[in-house]
Amino acid sequence: MRIEKHPILTFEKGETVTFTYNGTVYSGFKGEPIASALHANGVRTLGHTHDKHRPRGLYCAIGNCSSCLATVNGKPNVRICVEPLTEGMVVTQQNGRGVLKK
Amino acid sequence: MIKTDVAVIGGGPAGMCAAIEAANAGAKVIVFERSRNLGGQLVKQTHMFFGSQKQYASKRGFDISKILRDQISQNKNITVMTDATVIGMYEDGVLTIEHDNKYKKVLPRATVVATGASEKFLPFNNNDLPGIYGAGAVQTLMNVYGVKPGDQVVMVGAGNIGLIVSYQLMQAGVKVNAVIDAAPRIGGYLVHASKIRRMGVPILTSTTVKTAHGTECVEGVTLVKLDENWKEIPDSEFYLPCDNLCIAVGLSPLTELMWQIGIEMAYVPQLGGYVPKSNKNMQTSRPEVFVAGDASGVEEASSAMVEGRIAGLNAAKFLGYYTTDTDSKLADYFEQADSLRSGPVGEKIRAGLKLAELD
Repeated sequence: MRIEKHPILTFEKGETVTFTYNGTVYSGFKGEPIASALHANGVRTLGHTHDKHRPRGLYCAIGNCSSCLATVNGKPNVRICVEPLTEGMVVTQQNGRGVLKK
Repeated sequence: MIKTDVAVIGGGPAGMCAAIEAANAGAKVIVFERSRNLGGQLVKQTHMFFGSQKQYASKRGFDISKILRDQISQNKNITVMTDATVIGMYEDGVLTIEHDNKYKKVLPRATVVATGASEKFLPFNNNDLPGIYGAGAVQTLMNVYGVKPGDQVVMVGAGNIGLIVSYQLMQAGVKVNAVIDAAPRIGGYLVHASKIRRMGVPILTSTTVKTAHGTECVEGVTLVKLDENWKEIPDSEFYLPCDNLCIAVGLSPLTELMWQIGIEMAYVPQLGGYVPKSNKNMQTSRPEVFVAGDASGVEEASSAMVEGRIAGLNAAKFLGYYTTDTDSKLADYFEQADSLRSGPVGEKIRAGLKLAELD
């Protein structure tokens, strides 16, 4: 799902890093948003709603709409459409509101 | 408490231009940008801009963003705070921000609100399925991060954004199955429409989305034709496959901060919803608060930049930073704004701005 050739744009890509999403290991580029790396790996369902358990994906991709909230390194409700990817990140799908650890 | 002459909220085209003008007039400026970089939505605009030379015509959006960023980084009067989200605006003039996971306070003497806009949505069955993205999100994924939003797209909205993004999708190697619009006519410039039609993409007017299909992700969409009263025509439903339904149905100004301090607002559909009332100097009902760009009414980036320049110059002037060329610059910017909104294309905007005029 990565664009290989583009008539106008060249994409600056950071170093390749690995991270996990729901326990599965994926790779992406350091510094790109987590959701972009997931999307490039074909993962588009990013969570389920707390009441009706409907699937959720990103909608705005610029941190406006909160459709993409996930738990990152134990921290819930991270907007993964803007959160930069780093090596070894542990990302888990959030079903519902998420829990803040004490 | 952080103190400054002018706080600019938002580092997109309007905010960057406001900062440059206020700083050049002599004011100390801090730009607060919630994302990691300045540029706002310019960074994903790959098309060449219209307008005149002064508005960077025939340059691409991301190149304009670079030009403005360079000017800002070389300007000693401007401090840029990125990852800084302004979350509160108080009646005593204090702004509260979240920066580096910390809560901070700022006391500016004048403020330029250049917060931009957010994408509108459309009601239809299953409109919350993953794979249904705003047109801005599609541009961000493919033009900033080089990721395809899908393999085949149905574009909802034949305004300029819908048409331009359809073309950009094809540049990125994505198939566009159709562009649809509920209106009976194509809303965008015909030059954009004919470009994508020549590439074989049908543009279906008087057509809207009835239902999206899919379980975990969108897999297709049922569309329906509308009659002249925008009512569904019975038995006119048809199906198109898509793994990305792109919604380009306009934007709403981000005005939350201005509501917080009771700035006078007006509901102006032509400008995207509620907008602050302002005079031609981009000054709101709070004399120390100025507004620019989509936050003052949704237009496009060229007029956002001109508005930013007007707001920045006036914010500086309000604080006594008045130089020999302030008035001639302002006259030039007013003329540029008028010219961008001239002709039949600007009719809607002109009508909208009239309704948003501060008495």
